[in-house]
Amino acid sequence: MTPIEGIVALYIFMLAAFTGYEIISKVPVILHTPLMSGSNFVHGIVLVGAMVAMGHAESNLELTIGFIGVFLAAGNAVGGYVVTERMLEMFKPSKKESDV
Amino acid sequence: MIDQIISFSYLIAAALFIIGLKRMSSPKNARQGIIWAGYGMILATVVTFAYPDLHNFALMGVAIISSSMLAWWSAKKVAMTDMPQMIALYNGMGGGAAAAIAAVELIKLATEHAHQSSLPFMPPTYDHSVSLAVLILAILGGLIGTVAFSGSLIAFAKLQGWMKGVIRFKGQRALNGLAFLGTLCLGFIMATQVEMIPGTTQIFAGTFPIEILLAFFVLALVFGVMMTVPIGGADMPVVISLFNALTGLAVGFEGFVLGNAAMMIAGTVVGSAGFLLTQLMAKAMNRSLSNVLFSNFGSSGSGEAQEISGSMKPIEAADVGVMMAYAEKVLIIPGYGMAVAQAQHKIWELTQLLRKNGVKVKFAIHPVAGRMPGHMNVLLAEAGVPYDIIEDLDEVNEEFATADVCLVIGANDVVNPDAKDNPDSPIYGMPILNAWQAKNCIVIKRGQGRGFSGIENALFFADNTRMLYGDGQDATGEIISAVKEMT
Repeated sequence: MTPIEGIVALYIFMLAAFTGYEIISKVPVILHTPLMSGSNFVHGIVLVGAMVAMGHAESNLELTIGFIGVFLAAGNAVGGYVVTERMLEMFKPSKKESDV
Repeated sequence: MIDQIISFSYLIAAALFIIGLKRMSSPKNARQGIIWAGYGMILATVVTFAYPDLHNFALMGVAIISSSMLAWWSAKKVAMTDMPQMIALYNGMGGGAAAAIAAVELIKLATEHAHQSSLPFMPPTYDHSVSLAVLILAILGGLIGTVAFSGSLIAFAKLQGWMKGVIRFKGQRALNGLAFLGTLCLGFIMATQVEMIPGTTQIFAGTFPIEILLAFFVLALVFGVMMTVPIGGADMPVVISLFNALTGLAVGFEGFVLGNAAMMIAGTVVGSAGFLLTQLMAKAMNRSLSNVLFSNFGSSGSGEAQEISGSMKPIEAADVGVMMAYAEKVLIIPGYGMAVAQAQHKIWELTQLLRKNGVKVKFAIHPVAGRMPGHMNVLLAEAGVPYDIIEDLDEVNEEFATADVCLVIGANDVVNPDAKDNPDSPIYGMPILNAWQAKNCIVIKRGQGRGFSGIENALFFADNTRMLYGDGQDATGEIISAVKEMT
């Protein structure tokens, strides 16, 4: 893999930071919790990093820590997804205008 | 070739995350948002198995499958009211994972040596080298991830009720500061005790003892615990949001360490979005973030017993039923008490009944009602309340003056007029719902005790306020039968 380094990494950092700011800045209060939960799921991407760290482990110590990392990260991703999905499932608009 | 496929898949995954989050910011297509993000996660995870030079697949599979099943089961099983602590728990796991990546990288560095060539006059070779910037990011990511890990677990324990109350003592802030400085110092030692490849700025090995590394993580864990224990339950949402942002940042930093674009982008986006969200939440409580983290809000010493004239006047459910059935407009203010009593279904039943009788019913949600912003919205949505009759503070506050009945169920501080009138009150300045402007105000409450912040509420003593004592669900049930009898 060619790692991304130096100034390119800084560019990515800056653009991603602005993107995150933009996404949140116009959110209604009612979606704050689902969105927090959703972003909680998104940082579950740490799983791929944990997999790489574990896969490249050279000693038993590294392997053990890598294993813990993968275990935690998978929990973050799966749990974060299910909780968010369950929350968002409930957001339904009212079916009829007439029952108002 | 496979490298390009992986890099390209990460790019797509990052795009899917951003689109997913964007979709989640509007109620209509929020549901698709998480599904899009989910595809991104699956794609990124699957291609990672093809990463070059990866080993230990069997154990990796065990870790992923066992953890996924546990998380799936726990997340499915948990009641809607307990969602906030589950978010804290999963967030802590993410922080821990980021810290684990940092630990592996730092251990590698600490155990690395130069390989002397067997041929004379040949320069030694090195397995691995990093720049100082990457090393610093690894250390910072490890610190932040560890703090988010232990802090989130404390937040989880507090919301789950495993840990009651707050722990405060004299000099706590100084001690926390020392712990933080100590962690930074250990990090500084790791960043400076290194060996560079001659003639370059690349670091190939750390000369720090492995004990320093251990002490660094232990102290960071302790700091995470120490900074969270003095914070009261009412402030937990803000704190969880902060830890969520911190985990994002840690993941982003470790992404830079591994040169992994998906982690860089997703982590940084979550980090910046999370910090903004945290600030929005703190602002909704009219407090600064530092105030949440460092002040002793709601401690026993806050506010001398204030003299409030008048008394709390009780009312019977039957009378409330009459009042509501003949009202034109009813506003309902739910709070944490509704969540505890699981009364949201009964409340919706009452709402439907009233709407059938031509009463206009709306829900007024304070930004920090419950234990998380949007907590009430989630519960009401669970019960089936359409989101278009749920109103935010700004939208609904002028309507109280024209409302016949305002029903407060399990909310307290968010309707306390002291926040407007009493400059001595600890919550002075917090925007509140103007419940007292309604012609009649009914408060469903378990007993005469004070709210979460421990502050007396003048609304409960007002002339147009009546108290309906009892469990939220039972009380609402009684109102429903009273309304039914009349129609």
